[in-house]
Amino acid sequence: MEWFNALVQGALLGGLYALFAAGLSLIFGVMRLVNIAHGDLIVLAAYLGLSVTLALGVHPLLALVVVVPAMAAAGYVLQRGILNQTLGQDLLPPLLVTFGLSVIIQNALLEVYSADPQKMNAGVLETASVSVGGLSLGVLPVLTFAVAVLVIAALQWTFYRTALGRAFRAVSDNQDIAQLMGLNRHHIFGLSMALALAVTAIAGILLGIRTSFDPSIGGGRLIFGFEAVIIGGLGNLWGTLAGGVILGVAQTIGAKIHPGWQLLSGHLVFLIILAVRPNGLFPRISG
Amino acid sequence: MSAFLRLENVCKSFGAVTVADDLSYDLAEGEALGIIGPNGAGKTTMFNLITGTLRPDSGQVYFQGKNVTGLSAARRCRSGLVRSFQVPQPFSGMTVYENAMIAATQAAGLTGKPAERLCLQVLDQTGLLDKANTLAGSLPLLGRKRLELTRALCTQPRLLMLDEIAGGLTEAECTALVQTIRDIHASGVTIIWIEHVVHALLAVVDRLIVIDFGRKIAEGEPQAIMQSPEVQEIYLGIEVDA
Repeated sequence: MEWFNALVQGALLGGLYALFAAGLSLIFGVMRLVNIAHGDLIVLAAYLGLSVTLALGVHPLLALVVVVPAMAAAGYVLQRGILNQTLGQDLLPPLLVTFGLSVIIQNALLEVYSADPQKMNAGVLETASVSVGGLSLGVLPVLTFAVAVLVIAALQWTFYRTALGRAFRAVSDNQDIAQLMGLNRHHIFGLSMALALAVTAIAGILLGIRTSFDPSIGGGRLIFGFEAVIIGGLGNLWGTLAGGVILGVAQTIGAKIHPGWQLLSGHLVFLIILAVRPNGLFPRISG
Repeated sequence: MSAFLRLENVCKSFGAVTVADDLSYDLAEGEALGIIGPNGAGKTTMFNLITGTLRPDSGQVYFQGKNVTGLSAARRCRSGLVRSFQVPQPFSGMTVYENAMIAATQAAGLTGKPAERLCLQVLDQTGLLDKANTLAGSLPLLGRKRLELTRALCTQPRLLMLDEIAGGLTEAECTALVQTIRDIHASGVTIIWIEHVVHALLAVVDRLIVIDFGRKIAEGEPQAIMQSPEVQEIYLGIEVDA
């Protein structure tokens, strides 16, 4: 029962990892951009959420109303202002620029919020739990997982059922032809970054409610996001959710075996999957 | 008088290679113009210069009386100027219908039902309706060529540029394609067609331009042009007996 409990907790934790990963997966899928600053953007969203809750005295979940549009707008501006200029045949410039961005965000957060760990106060939501068949599930992890499923379903729907999604896929498929079909790829890239950072905002706030955070933790969130994307297979959003769950389960099972093994076992499972299935479990994009 | 499409002294070189050398011509609305010339003569480059994929080194391109030389390819497409590719380039991970929808929504600016109706109508016209839900990447050559045409038509073009769309097709496929293109022309779309399959070309166009080394070397009534000695010599590589 204890092991089963660890399994379920791990799966629920995977929802958060899937939220970290969804934005990464989306922008890589649309424009082949690997965003090294993604983890720091998650942390930035958490800090923005903190500021909003403190300034307006509202519940952290209500802060989403402000933080999601703010991050989306920032994403569009960031993409059109900086990142579009780095995209091309060469994969290195976007890596370098987003790495630089990561350093800038971390230092800006240190400057504004200091290095002290912060936490958002979500009141009773943090400790509330429900009992299901002998398992005690935290309401927050269940909520996080449900949000992850909803976000991924919404992204999937956007991709395959809307004009915007078709535009994303067309640009992803062949940028030059998309241009000749009247699509402005710079605008489409801006919109995809906006969407990615809107998801990042949700991930950041849920992270900030769940644990304490400081400006330096972005890198770790980035790794979890990458691992979830790669385990699930590039370009497959539901695969990303599965990847997050596998990573979460690996970590909680590892922690169960030995408290120090939480991160290690997650990484090990990732490495094993990478060795056995280099394209991930459910790949959709090759190469 | 402002022509429908006008190229004015358009020049373009890649290093030492001149691909467009002082190219000028006018095209009237509703005309069907054929372009012939040997491989590497600069025919496809000319299309790239008109659609905006390439910018000329000098010279101007006017479309519907407006100077479009500085406009992006996307803007030009939305104003009704579209091309197909010699080597079909569908969005291969999307279905045939979705390919058409991209053109209808992004280029023609349609939404909802009108966009769907246009796509279905064009798919019917190009004979791809039964393949609507097939992934574009899995179509055979003829299907891809038809998809190129479909996508171009779904942009609701004013000017349609076809790049060797008949190449590699069987005689029967070619005949059907020519009929489709004639119908498109008859519906009021202005056409420029680059083609090596000369008999297909001659069945459609009203005027012919011959290009070699980026230069216009002959222009006029198709039959007369085909029989002119310079075309026989340069285009077909045949020495003309004195």
